[in-house]
Amino acid sequence: MPTDEKPPPSGGAQTPPPASVEEMKEALARAEYLADEPAALVSFLAQRLGKPVLVEGPAGVGKTELAKALARASGRELIRLQCYEGLDESKALYEWDYRKQLLAIQAQAASEDGGDAKLEGIFSEAFLLERPLMRAIASPDPVVLLIDEIDKTDQEFEAMLLELLSDFQITIPELGEIAATTMPIVVLTSNNSRELTEALKRRCLYLWLDYPELEREMEIVRLHAPDLPEALARRLVEVVRMVRGLDLKKPPSIAESIDWARTLLLMAAEDIDRETFEQSMSIIVKHRTDIDLVAERVGVKLASSVGSEA
Amino acid sequence: MPAPSDQRPDAGPYGPKPDSGPPGLESKLLGFCEELRSEGVAVGTSEILDAFEALKQVPWTSQDDFREALAATIAKSQEDRRLFELLFDRWFFRTAEAVAIERGVDEREQRHEGGERLDTDELREQIRRAMLEGDEGQMRDLARLAISAFGRQGEGSGVVGVDVQRIRRTLGLSTGSQPQAEDGAEELPPIDREQLNRFERHLRRELERDLIERTSTLPPSRPLAELDRALPTSPTQDLAAVHRAVSQMKRRLATLGHEQRGRRKGRTVDVRRTMRSSLETGGVPLRLRYRPKRPRRPEIYVLCDVSTSVTSASVFFLSVLHALHDSFRKLRSFVFIERISEVTEIFEHERDFRAVAQKISSEGGVADVSGYTDYGRVWLEFLGEISDELDPRSTVIVLGDARTNGREPHAEVFAQIAERAGRLFWLNPEPRLYWNYGDSVMAAYERHCDGAFECWTTRHLENFVNVVAGGVPAAD
Repeated sequence: MPTDEKPPPSGGAQTPPPASVEEMKEALARAEYLADEPAALVSFLAQRLGKPVLVEGPAGVGKTELAKALARASGRELIRLQCYEGLDESKALYEWDYRKQLLAIQAQAASEDGGDAKLEGIFSEAFLLERPLMRAIASPDPVVLLIDEIDKTDQEFEAMLLELLSDFQITIPELGEIAATTMPIVVLTSNNSRELTEALKRRCLYLWLDYPELEREMEIVRLHAPDLPEALARRLVEVVRMVRGLDLKKPPSIAESIDWARTLLLMAAEDIDRETFEQSMSIIVKHRTDIDLVAERVGVKLASSVGSEA
Repeated sequence: MPAPSDQRPDAGPYGPKPDSGPPGLESKLLGFCEELRSEGVAVGTSEILDAFEALKQVPWTSQDDFREALAATIAKSQEDRRLFELLFDRWFFRTAEAVAIERGVDEREQRHEGGERLDTDELREQIRRAMLEGDEGQMRDLARLAISAFGRQGEGSGVVGVDVQRIRRTLGLSTGSQPQAEDGAEELPPIDREQLNRFERHLRRELERDLIERTSTLPPSRPLAELDRALPTSPTQDLAAVHRAVSQMKRRLATLGHEQRGRRKGRTVDVRRTMRSSLETGGVPLRLRYRPKRPRRPEIYVLCDVSTSVTSASVFFLSVLHALHDSFRKLRSFVFIERISEVTEIFEHERDFRAVAQKISSEGGVADVSGYTDYGRVWLEFLGEISDELDPRSTVIVLGDARTNGREPHAEVFAQIAERAGRLFWLNPEPRLYWNYGDSVMAAYERHCDGAFECWTTRHLENFVNVVAGGVPAAD
């Protein structure tokens, strides 16, 4: 794994875009993201075709992280729009700066009479507050635009995104169209908590991210907690997978596997036996009913396996 | 929904022939998309154009890249992806077989040449090494060898799934620690589940290939998308599939109330917050602030028929409701055949679908003597037990086929329940066509219901839960 010689996060310096899927995979790995084959391929296609990517999957599989890694790998700035209920144009696109406009009008009225002629001037870019989407479009350097948890917004907002996603331009009634000068990489993430509209899906490449396979998750854990012995890392990932197999309210995410690995390091644990597990279980399981269930199903198994090995 | 196959002029024994139309990737891909459309996947022209663009970017010699690039541009949801996988093999990797059948080529002999010369231990060692290295090509070749080595012994059952397991067992491949080879020269680490699965996939594929050659037909062209979505009607159906459906529905419905809150209609202005925010704009209230709309959280009483004809649908429905218990203020469930019994607690403690079904049948205590449903008695008992608690905020849901087996329906008691409760819904697991035929007295009850729904696919069910949770019914 290319962890030992990782380059410093390049500020504005553009790295040349990867020319093949393999190169994309390596670039992502250098950005500390171990992508699997489909993820690397779709990222590569997104860059080559200039199409937005819709990433879906359960919570905590690294959807947001993929966008961040893409930004790091390509040396672009990451602009993030966190979606939530009731998000509207004025918070996502642009807003007129009312206060500044009011002041300008008052100033005009005070300085000379007949300010009507100059009223035009208050709808210019000087009075525009740029919000994330606008910023991504207007940026002179190419950026990575992350629209996080798009499924949290309402359908009206999705419709508003359509123009942006297909033509990379925004229409402001008072100013006209503002088109992107450089092609941003757009990543949308969704937890699949509601169906997105066909129109939105049509404009995107689709990527389903699931929990990684055992080997990959082990690599990920060891990348972020390099001091953890391999045997322990394997055990940890096996237990986490066992926990995910239960019907929990919130199955443990990859980030939580990593947290747990770090916790085990701090505890200086040598093996995951029943005691260690029960002490540190709250790192990966965060619901009272889930804790009961996990203790009942997984805790018991751990004890028995320790018994048989001894 | 997909048209029945007999309406398609080109449907031969292998489905539409892949070689119809001009040769080349373009026509192939278009045909593939066409078939996806007929399965209900929305593939637009723009998506097909994207697919062609994407294919230009990846080396078409790599099987995985080719597949993923197509999937990313064409299949835009998990469900679509599943159908995509089902059809993909037929269109892009079964073509060779289809042509072979047409031309009468049978290469079973050549392909499995050399299988009999290998002994089991050596084969096992090689397979394990290939699995550890993750070498797909090697595994495929070894799978062929294994099949020929065991196929020769005349043990093939003809059922692919059985054969896969038989070969795996004979080879002594299993997860966990391995028995060492006699010479013990090399310690190989244990095989994990995934590596084994990968090998089994190859085995399955090669066996299917053999089957195709033996029977000279491709697997059926319809993946039966519609049937998959039907509600379970017998306990023998795949419970895992049911469970998956429940968890998906759970996720979708969990956010339902939230969507409602964002709606513009019927909001009330929050004067205090509006004034507060107007300070930003010099006291001019440019933007109105609204009071957030609280979602309705109904109290729910569910009555489910668990006689043999509708058990599975009932248990399934109950698990869905209990999975969603957060969105209801109160949820009490009862099951009945001849008399009623409360099962709320079972669902609180047990989340496994299988265990719930078992507990209900063992502990429910609902069958008295005959085991035939007695709706009339059920209404009387239900009213007697919880009549005090019913109020206009409560919703009663009945799931049953309304087949009284000739007993007194007591529709007037049912009317009383309807009167006390705020809303009363009836779910019938039979298609509407069968209502009121035979001993079904649906009409007598339907008059008193706020709504009666047929409910025999997950789609129906989802639609209904939407209504109960206060959402708008999804378009069917």
